[in-house]
Amino acid sequence: MKELTIISGKGGTGKTSVTASFASLAQHKVIVDADVDAADLHLVIPPEIRRQEPFQGGHIAEIDPGRCTQCGECRLRCRFDAISEDFVVDRLACEGCGVCVYFCPVQAIDFSRQVCGQWFVSDTGRGPMVHARLGIAQENSGLLVSVLRKEARAIAEQKGYEWIIVDGPPGIGCPVISSVTGAGGVLVISEPTMSGLHDLKRVNELAAFLRVPAMACVNKYDINPDMSDRIIAYAWDHKMEVAGVIPYDRDMTAAMVARKALVDFSDGPAARAIRSVWENVRDFMKTRGHSKSALKIISS
Amino acid sequence: MIIAIASGKGGTGKTTVATSLALSLEAPVRLLDCDVEEPNAHIFIRPENETRTTVTAMVPEVDLKRCTACGACDAICRFSAIVQMGKAVLTFPEMCHSCEGCLMVCPAGAISAGTRELGELIRGTAGSVELVYGSLRVGEAMSPPLIHRVKQEMSDSRINIIDAPPGTSCPVISALTGADFVLLVTEPTPFGLNDLILAVETVRTMKLPCGIVINRCDSGTDETRGYAERQGIPVMMEIPDRRDIAESYSRGVPACLAIPGMKQRFARLMTDIQRKTG
Ligand code: SF4
Ligand code: SF4
Repeated sequence: MKELTIISGKGGTGKTSVTASFASLAQHKVIVDADVDAADLHLVIPPEIRRQEPFQGGHIAEIDPGRCTQCGECRLRCRFDAISEDFVVDRLACEGCGVCVYFCPVQAIDFSRQVCGQWFVSDTGRGPMVHARLGIAQENSGLLVSVLRKEARAIAEQKGYEWIIVDGPPGIGCPVISSVTGAGGVLVISEPTMSGLHDLKRVNELAAFLRVPAMACVNKYDINPDMSDRIIAYAWDHKMEVAGVIPYDRDMTAAMVARKALVDFSDGPAARAIRSVWENVRDFMKTRGHSKSALKIISS
Repeated sequence: MIIAIASGKGGTGKTTVATSLALSLEAPVRLLDCDVEEPNAHIFIRPENETRTTVTAMVPEVDLKRCTACGACDAICRFSAIVQMGKAVLTFPEMCHSCEGCLMVCPAGAISAGTRELGELIRGTAGSVELVYGSLRVGEAMSPPLIHRVKQEMSDSRINIIDAPPGTSCPVISALTGADFVLLVTEPTPFGLNDLILAVETVRTMKLPCGIVINRCDSGTDETRGYAERQGIPVMMEIPDRRDIAESYSRGVPACLAIPGMKQRFARLMTDIQRKTG
């Protein structure tokens, strides 16, 4: 079983479009939308929900005004300034550490676990999909990502599927660490801008830190060919496989508006490029070595 | 005055709006890039004389000579960051939320406050713009404490512009808390609308006033304007989809400096925001 996580450092680089196309091109796979903070994959791969589970996040403190004597012990102890002068807990600031609960002399603080969202197993025209909806302003998205990946692995094992394709979250923090740790490989979708290069460096360092082999792909590479060259040079210098480049193509947005994966919508230049990127990624994931074909795409 | 720029999702032009707004104002501005996982504003602002400070968080340090293996620290820690095993106590600094609970309960005085590096706080200036940003250490999972640190640099005498991280969970909440007005940057596509709806729910949960900026406004559908109208949220500005904007962005040049007339439009955006917040 091979688990591929597609990440991007920053949002808006075409990560979800590439994931949707891969989900269409790969045989026998489970799809995961691990961008639980702002899930988008369901817009292009419509799911039919088969199973729905609540997601239990952390605990949260709540002061019962009837029992509270306003002694101030909790306010003194809280390192997150989550308790107001009139002893109301700010739910957004509470970290769920329970220190106030421990020190409250009259047991006036309730400390129950919160349902932070739901996760789903769905059928799609492209195979099973595991996805979630995190409640607004909820924490613990890293934990939720782990739950989704575990479920996807169970399904893949049970069905004897070869692939797990994960649409990862942006950034390098907690949810990304959760979606990359232990994956077979990551594909970083980059764009040829100054910030694209900057972001690629940071996610590549993260992949190296977590010891997951990394590949790079430059989307809209022809918007700024010089910058694309710099990104590819960076990748080569840092032992990242270059999986290919994708040209700017209005079909990308058009496919999104039509709510389809690009490779199912068009046979234009971007769709053809994504097919070839997928072949390189597939080969790399099989061997975890460097495929030579990437060189050809760039020079042709 | 604190104006936060948010977007639900990255890549909608949030940094373009934040940096262009900062560079278009006559008044002194402090720009705080709170997207500490992928800070980008400095690429466009190009600050000079950068100074860097390491930012740390408290983690427990156990003196095993004093420890009696009573297990009190293990019992209070909600995050399995300190664990008593047999005669030893182990700490897992990366899981620690710095609540200091273990420090407070240890009866043997065996725990002292150590530190773990969260990342860096960087300050620099470019003309009348003072830029402050955080850069999360690669491998560090928790961004909110670093975001808090960046926000401590807010100035009472200046206009503070906060570039928020993407998403709807803890990092965004940390960045938006205390803002007087939130500008939500979106694109008129189905993805953009999906993310905008999440962003609107987030600011509503936080009870913050907001307005919308539609980037690449001529590139997709009209659904976004319809949504804004139904929700009674003002569309404060529309930025066209132009290749020269994309190209200047790719070179690290903010829209307001690359496109004639943009600077005035951003200055007007600011006046509109000030009118809305009174
Ligand atoms: S400071 Fe809090 S989170 Fe950290 S180890 Fe101690 S009890 Fe656990
Ligand atoms: S509370 Fe103090 S004495 Fe007890 S196990 Fe922890 S470190 Fe050791």
